[in-house]
Amino acid sequence: MSAVTVAKKIRLGLWLLLAPLFLWLVLLIILPHFELLAFSLIDPEDQGFTFEFYLEFFQEPLYWRTFLRTAVMSILATILTLVIAFPVAFYIAKMLRGRSKGIVFAMCLIPFWVSELVRTFGWMILLRESGVISNFLQWSGLASGPVELLYTDATIMLGLVYTSMLFMVVPLVSTLDSLDDSYIEAGYDLGGSNWDVMREIIIPHAVPGIVSGCIIVFMLSLGNYLTPVLLGGKDSLWFTEQIYTQFITRFNWEQGSAFGLLLLLLSSLIVWAGLKATGQSFTKTMG
Amino acid sequence: MNKKTILSASIMLAGALVASSTFAAEELRLLTWGGYAPKEVIEQFEKETGIKVKVTKSNNEEMISKLKATRGAGFDLAQPSQDRVASAQQDFNIYKPIDLSKIDSSQFISSMLDATRGQSTVDGKVYAVPHVWGSSGLIVNRSIAADVKDYTDLCDSKYAGKVTYRLKRPTLIGFAFAMGEDPFAAYSDPAKYKQIMEKVGMKLTDCKANVKAYWSGGDAMLSLMRSGETVAAMAWDAGGWKLNSDNSDITFVAPKSGALGWIDTFVLPRKTKNEAAAYQWINFVMRPEIAAKITESAGNFTASKGSDKFVDAKKKAQYQESFSASDIDNIKWYPPVPTGLEKIEGKILDRVKAS
Repeated sequence: MSAVTVAKKIRLGLWLLLAPLFLWLVLLIILPHFELLAFSLIDPEDQGFTFEFYLEFFQEPLYWRTFLRTAVMSILATILTLVIAFPVAFYIAKMLRGRSKGIVFAMCLIPFWVSELVRTFGWMILLRESGVISNFLQWSGLASGPVELLYTDATIMLGLVYTSMLFMVVPLVSTLDSLDDSYIEAGYDLGGSNWDVMREIIIPHAVPGIVSGCIIVFMLSLGNYLTPVLLGGKDSLWFTEQIYTQFITRFNWEQGSAFGLLLLLLSSLIVWAGLKATGQSFTKTMG
Repeated sequence: MNKKTILSASIMLAGALVASSTFAAEELRLLTWGGYAPKEVIEQFEKETGIKVKVTKSNNEEMISKLKATRGAGFDLAQPSQDRVASAQQDFNIYKPIDLSKIDSSQFISSMLDATRGQSTVDGKVYAVPHVWGSSGLIVNRSIAADVKDYTDLCDSKYAGKVTYRLKRPTLIGFAFAMGEDPFAAYSDPAKYKQIMEKVGMKLTDCKANVKAYWSGGDAMLSLMRSGETVAAMAWDAGGWKLNSDNSDITFVAPKSGALGWIDTFVLPRKTKNEAAAYQWINFVMRPEIAAKITESAGNFTASKGSDKFVDAKKKAQYQESFSASDIDNIKWYPPVPTGLEKIEGKILDRVKAS
């Protein structure tokens, strides 16, 4: 076989291997988005071109406020997740060895074997007024009457952090794993305090993990529907809920499509701004 | 026998199985509400006709959205409420006219059949026949909140943090009636309707502090009432009777300004693949003894003539306790929703939620 035919075969094989990915991207991701775009820009009455559905987002305070609220709470959830997950990841990657490392890592994973819906209902059973925690507080005398812990923004935050914890721990563990212990020892040998070592050696090394974890958690929180709807109270407004309402209860697909695309655009913008602000680039983080 | 023959024999057998199953797999894809197609009824239907029934549970908005997305394909029979048939047909063209000659009209309560026929006629064609009817009103825990008699009583500060309702159109309409308005009369006048809804929106905004949570799924409402976390709710009659069976203090109360009556219907999606089976199912479930089984599982009565004979006495007693004769006369039946009203309501509901 000549070198040319081998090269040809390899190229064909490459295309065949890429075909499923390519089909998936085009049929399930790109085409639907084009359809959404078409929906959001065409007036259903006279089939003409219109920006009315995008303008609606900026003109009706409720909509952009809902988005702003969703974005701020998602950012907060991301920061909280990072603060809680970092020590956990550090402990798994650097303090544990061998079997116990596997066990602790698996313990982080196990809650994710059940569906998000079941986990959320679990939280509802714990937190509701006639629920486990409320009853325990009354039994132990810490509270005199039933305590309602559900239906607040704090509950949403709890749910969001809990749901996204794993997606922060995994990238952090893998970047921290790749940090050679001798660097940390050298830091101490050169007279650095705990804080110096953390700031000068560990965090700079973990930055790609932190950034990719943050992007995933932020996107998951922003796009979450179940947690805010089930755990949130009467004031809980979440942007995905608004999209659902427009599509399903209002039959207003045009407005829903516009909201969907705005969510995509604005969240990409926030991620981009976050990368710029921390001096990171997307390729560096993912590479 | 060598390996090859075993292999080919098993392939042929498998082939035969596949062939026979595709041959026998006459299927009815039913888009309906929870409780409207109990297992017992489905099994009996399968035994009689050999048609498999595949049930998808849903609600009004989802049914219409699903059919809109597929332009009327994917299901053979659907069950939206009567007031949502004509407008959805006009706007999205998702249904197929019903051939009334294929339906055994003697099994229906004739006044209900006529009413549904009248309300679901578009361009001279009939699109729906009635199935299950019921009402929305109040579910009250009488040991604590016996004086909740009308929708607006839910806003009584005595019950702050102890009431629940949905943030959906029935709530707007119920409150409008309780505030002395007639929203149904204003259906044809969008400006007047908007004015009424804005007034109701203000009332609901004021009332928000009283609400523990806006329920969305029926089960969430049931668990709030059952656990005693709330003492009064705006909800469906069947939910109230379900709670009544566990706790006799709780029951459905027809509000002073009138319970809101709905009729869930049978409609054919435009691209139904098994119309014949759909008619068979309709005629089957309207038999009085089958209809009684559906009443048992859904909690609501049907449009089947003579089925109350087969419904158990407890169910009837609960119904009579909730509805006096004058309460029944006072039921406000939903007329067909004209297009565009949902947008007005949507804005108001959004504002209440955001306030």
